[in-house]
Amino acid sequence: MATTVEERVEVLDQSSSLGSQELHVLAVDDSHVDRKVIERLLKISSCKVTAVESGSRALQYLGLDGEKSSVGFDGLKVNLIMTDYSMPGMTGYELLKKIKGSSTLRQIPVVIMSSENILTRIDRCLEEGAEEFLVKPVKLSDVKRLKNNVIIRGEGEENGARQNRKRKLRDDPSSPSLSPPLLPSSPSSLAIDLTQTPPQSPLSFSLQCPSKRPKYCDIH
Amino acid sequence: MEGVIQLQRQLVEYRTSLYNEGFLDDQFIQLQQLQDESNPDFVVEVVSLFFEDSQRLLNELTKALHQQSSDFKRLDAHVHQLKGSSSSIGAQRVQKVCIAFRHYCDEQNTEGCLKCLQQLKSEYSLVKNKLETLFKLEQQVLAAGGSIPM
Repeated sequence: MATTVEERVEVLDQSSSLGSQELHVLAVDDSHVDRKVIERLLKISSCKVTAVESGSRALQYLGLDGEKSSVGFDGLKVNLIMTDYSMPGMTGYELLKKIKGSSTLRQIPVVIMSSENILTRIDRCLEEGAEEFLVKPVKLSDVKRLKNNVIIRGEGEENGARQNRKRKLRDDPSSPSLSPPLLPSSPSSLAIDLTQTPPQSPLSFSLQCPSKRPKYCDIH
Repeated sequence: MEGVIQLQRQLVEYRTSLYNEGFLDDQFIQLQQLQDESNPDFVVEVVSLFFEDSQRLLNELTKALHQQSSDFKRLDAHVHQLKGSSSSIGAQRVQKVCIAFRHYCDEQNTEGCLKCLQQLKSEYSLVKNKLETLFKLEQQVLAAGGSIPM
């Protein structure tokens, strides 16, 4: 079955949401100020942004009421969800649970943002499948790191060999791992992250992911 | 030409004093770094949202504290919101009062809450004036044909 070069390129573009296209981030925050700031942080980092004010609006946008996959109403696949923790109505934690409980949405990485650095809260979110827990105010370096991690992850899912490694690092029950799921792309960027996040993170042992505890709780 | 330089110096001195006196912290600098030619009014826009939010929350807090019995959970929720937005723009002194306010809410201490509300109104009024002055100085520099120094 011969395909033209154009057809092959088109197929590649459609399957790779991250290769040639921008990351589409869904930001959820009840604070108007924070929505504006996160939107700017993401746009400066060359991401497409959809900002909504509540968990229920987020679920609506994601079409969790029975619609197809993670395609928003305007047809843009969501590559990352960043949600505030404390919101009236549905908290970020509750939103996280709903997303991870959905077969169509659970593969989308979810990042929790909170102004409060409470260890039990962080643990709970990570246990429920959050990729990271960012302490507010979120910085440009946080967004840049997140973007890199999501892209690496996305590339891993397209490349079979790397995908196996990624699965081991993530929630694969058959091969528990002590290393955190998302690693920075290079040691040098890790060094930069550490110097920029310590004031917000009292987790001195989390040397690999400054704002996140390793998933020790997964290992029984 | 001299006029522009003087205006720029005035602006930098004023801005520096705001940091030295604790009105603004590093987060404000972060916001300024997000502003560029494509988004030249970003900081003013975010700060305007902060002013709107704060006014609304201070009104809510005043209403809530002047009731027969205070609903401390609701009070705390409002203060938490104000703490968040002040932190997001770097309004450090406002944020600090919010932190103290939340402790009084935890203790269900009405008198402490009332004191904090007074302080909050005062700090908010101060930082609002300071920021408006800062923006005016920036406009003066731009109107004189200069650029805003970092």
